[in-house]
Amino acid sequence: MGATFIDVDKNVRLKVKERLARINAEGIAYHELNMLIKKLLNRGFGKIEIFNVCGQRYLGIGLKDKAEFKVYGIPGNNLGAFMEGPEILVYGNVQDGCGNTMSDGLIAVHGCAGDVLGYSMRGGKIFVRGDVGYRAGIHMKGLHSNPTLVIGRYAGAFLGEYMAGGIILLLGLSLGETRSKLRFVGTGMHGGVIYLRGTTAHVGKGAKIIEVDESDMSVIRGLTREFCNCFNLNYDELICGNFSKIVPLSQRPYEKLYS
Amino acid sequence: MKNRRPNGRYGDDKVIDACAVFGVMNLSGESIAFRDPVRAMNCMQERTNGLGSGFAVYGIYPDYKDAYAFHIMYMDHHVKQPVENFLEKNFRVLLKEEIPTSEAEVWKPPLTWRYFVEPIPLRVRTKERSEEDYVLDRVMEINTSKIGSALVFSSGKNMGVFKGVGYPEDIAQYFCLDEYEGYMWICHGRYPTNTPGWWGGAHPFNILDWSVAHNGELSSYGVNWRFLKTYGYKCTMQTDTEVITYAFDLLVGRHGIPVEVVSKILAPPFWDEIDQMPENQRKLLVAFRQTYGDLLMNGPFSVITGRQGEMLCLTDRIKLRPLTVGINGDFMYMSSEEAAIRAVSPTLEKVWNPNGGEIVVGRIKASTVLEIQIASREMRKKL
Amino acid sequence: MKTYIPPEYIVERDITRCNKCKICVEECTYYVHFYSSEKDEVSSLNQNCINCQRCVVFCPKQAITIRRNPNLYREKFHWTHETIFTIKKQAETGSVVLTGMGCDKPHMTYWDKLLINASQVTNPSIDPLREPIEIRKYLGKKPKKLEFKNNGDTVSLKTDIAPQLLLETPIMFAAMSYGAVNLNVHKALAMAAAECGTYFNCGEGGLHPSLHHYGKHTIVQVASGRFGVNIDYLKVGAAVEIKIGQGAKPGIGGHLPGEKVNDEIAKTRMIPVGTDALSPAPHHDIYSIEDLKQLVYALKEVTDYKKPVAVKIAAVHNIAAIASGVVHSGADILVVDGVRGSTGAAPKVIRDNVGIPIELALASVDKRLRDEGIRGEVSIVASGGIRNSADLVKAIALGADAVYIGTAALIAIGCTLCQKCYTGKCPWGITTTDPKLARRVDPVAASKRLVNLITAWSIEIKEILGGMGMNYIESLRGNREQLRGVELTENELKVLGVKPAGY
Repeated sequence: MGATFIDVDKNVRLKVKERLARINAEGIAYHELNMLIKKLLNRGFGKIEIFNVCGQRYLGIGLKDKAEFKVYGIPGNNLGAFMEGPEILVYGNVQDGCGNTMSDGLIAVHGCAGDVLGYSMRGGKIFVRGDVGYRAGIHMKGLHSNPTLVIGRYAGAFLGEYMAGGIILLLGLSLGETRSKLRFVGTGMHGGVIYLRGTTAHVGKGAKIIEVDESDMSVIRGLTREFCNCFNLNYDELICGNFSKIVPLSQRPYEKLYS
Repeated sequence: MKNRRPNGRYGDDKVIDACAVFGVMNLSGESIAFRDPVRAMNCMQERTNGLGSGFAVYGIYPDYKDAYAFHIMYMDHHVKQPVENFLEKNFRVLLKEEIPTSEAEVWKPPLTWRYFVEPIPLRVRTKERSEEDYVLDRVMEINTSKIGSALVFSSGKNMGVFKGVGYPEDIAQYFCLDEYEGYMWICHGRYPTNTPGWWGGAHPFNILDWSVAHNGELSSYGVNWRFLKTYGYKCTMQTDTEVITYAFDLLVGRHGIPVEVVSKILAPPFWDEIDQMPENQRKLLVAFRQTYGDLLMNGPFSVITGRQGEMLCLTDRIKLRPLTVGINGDFMYMSSEEAAIRAVSPTLEKVWNPNGGEIVVGRIKASTVLEIQIASREMRKKL
Repeated sequence: MKTYIPPEYIVERDITRCNKCKICVEECTYYVHFYSSEKDEVSSLNQNCINCQRCVVFCPKQAITIRRNPNLYREKFHWTHETIFTIKKQAETGSVVLTGMGCDKPHMTYWDKLLINASQVTNPSIDPLREPIEIRKYLGKKPKKLEFKNNGDTVSLKTDIAPQLLLETPIMFAAMSYGAVNLNVHKALAMAAAECGTYFNCGEGGLHPSLHHYGKHTIVQVASGRFGVNIDYLKVGAAVEIKIGQGAKPGIGGHLPGEKVNDEIAKTRMIPVGTDALSPAPHHDIYSIEDLKQLVYALKEVTDYKKPVAVKIAAVHNIAAIASGVVHSGADILVVDGVRGSTGAAPKVIRDNVGIPIELALASVDKRLRDEGIRGEVSIVASGGIRNSADLVKAIALGADAVYIGTAALIAIGCTLCQKCYTGKCPWGITTTDPKLARRVDPVAASKRLVNLITAWSIEIKEILGGMGMNYIESLRGNREQLRGVELTENELKVLGVKPAGY
């Protein structure tokens, strides 16, 4: 398993093998780290593992490459922002703005996420094993693409605010301690759909709760299976339970408001 | 322009700045050294620009733990004597000395002294005043009469604020924080947009033993300060943090509202939620709105507040600012970013982001000697 | 519900001239004119007329006059006709009254109270027709100091200067979103910008793929709804602008009524067809000033630090402190939009009451940034009701590096400020996405009108500069000594930093 060092800044500890590069990010500022990642991608590395990440922002920002990233630690804000292609697996929690305005790719978080997760996502998938903060999926949109957000446990208020397309699925796994009821879910939505498993929710203005039908269940089953595979969870346990669906009241919730 | 203050030299309504906040407390009251708080603040450098940072450290003056430790900065050396005369007249000054400093990359530091004082009993003994109110009034007197020249920037017991214009590690070096150990550190880093250079403008803000590190901006500032003025608090610093600190002192310190509940005034639930509550609770919350509606803090904020034996944090009711709480053994952490906590404690038994308006309180375990003043000052006067 | 609101306008047809060609019927989009075959005459429904003047211009016999309805209420200062109509309308609908274009209230227009200097005796004027006068501008962050390398007998530059936008004239086309205006208008703006060596801002609705080849002359905008934003969009423009607010409606966001969201708009914006595209003001990743820095640097990272990042704010209270905050966040260009700024749709009450005049904001911002020693960190672009080259020159004297024009550009294309842009029925084919109406704007012809306007203004700027004895536009920037005020109070003069005329 010979590893060779390539010619980089002396502060950086880097190991490579075939197309896999491993970076020790301890003490490296975000700009240097991101430049290194771009350099590695330009050289053809398709798999990049980054260790000891602690607060570096903008990891994976604006990347179109179909590369695979494994991030160990706590990435800083805006992980995968504007990205269009990569797969980023995070072994730790993520902070605010993860998946901001992303167009394609996958972000899978083995932990929890902060606020405004997937802000105005217009493609791709984000899976979060645990809780997400406020305003997850805000402004999600997509006319022909299908941005998807699957949340393992709990979400803060304003889930799916202003949603105009895409799918949010909240699985509400093992809510051990009581968390308060979800508030303002889907407020201002005018497209897309939110599925909730077994949790009560206060629905925001412009949205309504209805029952799921077979085509919804088919979507839910597919996504749940993917989610379970990603995090090694028991599909059968998860798929039982009542699902409900939140959709816009109308396509033009504010039509009567303005004249 | 009239009343041009050093913390608002252009006459704006108030100072606008960006921030990072961090707090760490040992729940058993054991001491924490400066390295971890500074490292956590360094991790959040992107949120600041080195033009202001500070630390409030609790438990650092055990030899004078019953005296009020005034930290005073003098921008104009000539006012030092008059201020000291004032202190001699109104307090028994047990010790006065320059706060030890060392060379560091900080910008034009003012002279900083500390005074351990006790109120003179005769002067305090009136029906209307408690000892703390007496001290508060004297601090206000110095701060309003010596605007721009002298500032009492810390006035609690067995604690002290160290702040100024520089990055956190530079302020820590300047004030020799490696020589202090306290059971609680509240830290702040800011990037001010229009008042670089004034040491008094840095945070945390302190009055008595309340220290507040705040991130955000209050759109309700105009209403909040006017309300506080009617209760004798003179806002001179044109910062939101000042208003938040006074609000805590008024509500918890003077009016005895339990700290767990004070969030229902500062960041209350919406009316539609209140309407659904059981009658007793609903009545209480409506009464809060009716009495203290002017203290509802509108606009994005996350605050970490400390006082003797307690550290608490709170965000605004629609959570427009980030805040993470982490616990590992006896250590409790609060921070703008989780990464800052992980930088000093990679493992955490518990970590979560509290909801908007949900106060989280860390309290020294009962077995230690530190006591927390639960009853209000007004209550205690009667005892 | 029966409406109690009388017609605002009366359509008068001179029947001696009218030859019943029915062009007016064809041109009107508000169903005012109609032909009755029984009576063999063309008639009008006064109630529908919004005074766009389309029929007046296109009537081959000049047979039509539109008059203000003389039958209006008794004249009052407090309860004006407008306030009365608005109340009645709200009583009939229970809704927020929308409007288009910019604030038309008699708030002070300070441009008209400022007078420009000219040289007399003590220094010579310069003749702009025969001598060179430079009005080229570079917008972007400027270094405080330059460093050099000495290579023997040559000196070369070591400092990396931040990315700049090159303008051959200090006029750019303001942000008007694809959706608020149609593709033909966008195309005209792009073509004109390219020809004049300047830029057009594509607004918050994304940039249609057919215009990507004009990317070098486009400023792409990122607003709260992030419509059309992806990596290609960010990389195709010459600069990226973060829209925090706009002068017409500070504090609230973009509003594209569902009527205007057709297939193409829906595709570019990635929302369902026919749905309102509301992008309420805050960027949900900017809730505090340090978050702005975060987004600015996120955009710089995506564009490899090769493009200037601009931040557009509306002129509001404490604008100077906010501007200072924006500068500290790393922006390269600061755009300040005053209360007269236009919009495709806004609640009338916000448009007319929220925000301050650009003249005051600009003067205040320029002064504050200089006092803080950070004026060179950004270029300032002023906008909000710039009507002519005189306003532009005064703006530069108050501190602007360049201006954005929106209303003036649309007027050049044909707009008559009837303020009904939000209906999607613009008879001039500008603020409509109806393909039949949009055809009324021919991109080539419209771009010619825009180029003419820019050319005429550029010559006028040179005339004025020459008259002041300057042959370089930087010599005017922030040079308030070249302005004097008339009919201004002491406070206003102080904020503007200008002396009263006579001194």
